[in-house]
Amino acid sequence: MTDVPARLATLRAPAPAHLLPGVLARTGLADRYVTRPSALGPVFVAFTPRGVSLVELAADPAGFEDRYLARFRRPLVAADALPARLAPAVDRALEGGHTRGAPVDLQGLSEFQAAVLRRAAEIPPGEVRPYGWVADEIGRPGSDRAVGNALAANPVPLVVPCHRVVRADGRLGRYSLGADANKRLLLEAEGLEVEAYEGLAARGVRYLGSATTHIYCHPTCRHARRITASHRAEFRTATAAAQAGFRPCRDCRPQAA
Amino acid sequence: MATGGRIALEALPAALAADRDTAFPHLVRALIDGIYSGALRLTGSRADAEEVAQEAFIRAYRALGTYPPERIAGLRLREWVWTIAANLCRNRARSRRRHPEEPLPLDSGMAHPDAGPEAQVLAAAGQEMLEAHLDRLPWAQRSAVVLRHVAGLSYAEVAAALARPVGTVKADVHRGLRQLRESLEEES
Repeated sequence: MTDVPARLATLRAPAPAHLLPGVLARTGLADRYVTRPSALGPVFVAFTPRGVSLVELAADPAGFEDRYLARFRRPLVAADALPARLAPAVDRALEGGHTRGAPVDLQGLSEFQAAVLRRAAEIPPGEVRPYGWVADEIGRPGSDRAVGNALAANPVPLVVPCHRVVRADGRLGRYSLGADANKRLLLEAEGLEVEAYEGLAARGVRYLGSATTHIYCHPTCRHARRITASHRAEFRTATAAAQAGFRPCRDCRPQAA
Repeated sequence: MATGGRIALEALPAALAADRDTAFPHLVRALIDGIYSGALRLTGSRADAEEVAQEAFIRAYRALGTYPPERIAGLRLREWVWTIAANLCRNRARSRRRHPEEPLPLDSGMAHPDAGPEAQVLAAAGQEMLEAHLDRLPWAQRSAVVLRHVAGLSYAEVAAALARPVGTVKADVHRGLRQLRESLEEES
């Protein structure tokens, strides 16, 4: 006699591995992530319906999923693609460094840290600003060190370009995505002549002015980079620039309003 | 994917009543293999089985959001989710009959991964034969047999999920098994 029930039991099979994550993503109980290329190699980009929530160098998917769960208390599952709503802005940020307005989900961060990150996101590619400038810009002058900590803990590097905020003395400072050296790599990839900038900073030069327009800028501001050598004025402080009859650039805002 | 420890099915109604979003992934994990395997045999297609399983859990999740906690705490979860899944399977089986398409290739060679290649081929052939005979049973018998012997529900659970009296379900399973046995023995 054929044991039909026993043979029927062998028809029981495990569900495909993507089914459980798919259900959780569709009920909104899981966040998702994709792997995207970047100047530092492939990165994992996790996102919620609001925007990008975590970025790491792509290494071990299981480790990334575990860290995500531990940090946000939400399961994370791989997705095939970014939603159409997020994809263009995220790709602009990762591929071209155009981070202004990139959708990020900064829920769970302090108001201070979120303000630091939002301001940093507006620094154009290939340009840098000192920590103290960010502190001034968000209305917290003197909080340079806290700004540095907030940027070091940036959960969404590249999408929020914390690599564009550097020390006042011209050294590039810490960087959270992989090694500190990646900061230089990213800035060079964005077209910044890092050594020239470091040379100026090492001589104590903080601002560059144009003798024709009488406007002064951060040295990496796109307007400063257009000043011809013969018309270039160097300043150690904003006060010195003002005393020489120069006004601050409206784009790079060398002196907080 | 790690989501902490597992919660046993018996403890889940209380956990879902207390915190739906935290407990729900445990519910899916506890039931998904059975729902998928059963749906695969009731729809005959992996794509349909995946869709049925997804849809059943999403409907369950939405329903839980509308139930008061006392109702959730009293749910018999396996039969409840299967009530939804069995209806979805039945609707698909009907529309498939109206709009027939090429059946998808079914899993094969999975049942005896340790056996040699020849034995695997034989086992796969036997498996396909069983599946083919199962697919030819009338819905009443097929649904009862699949829920009882593929998905592993008790008779009481099958009866609740299919909204039929327990006695009827037992008779359906009995007839279905007898038919399968005869068909299989005729062929060998």
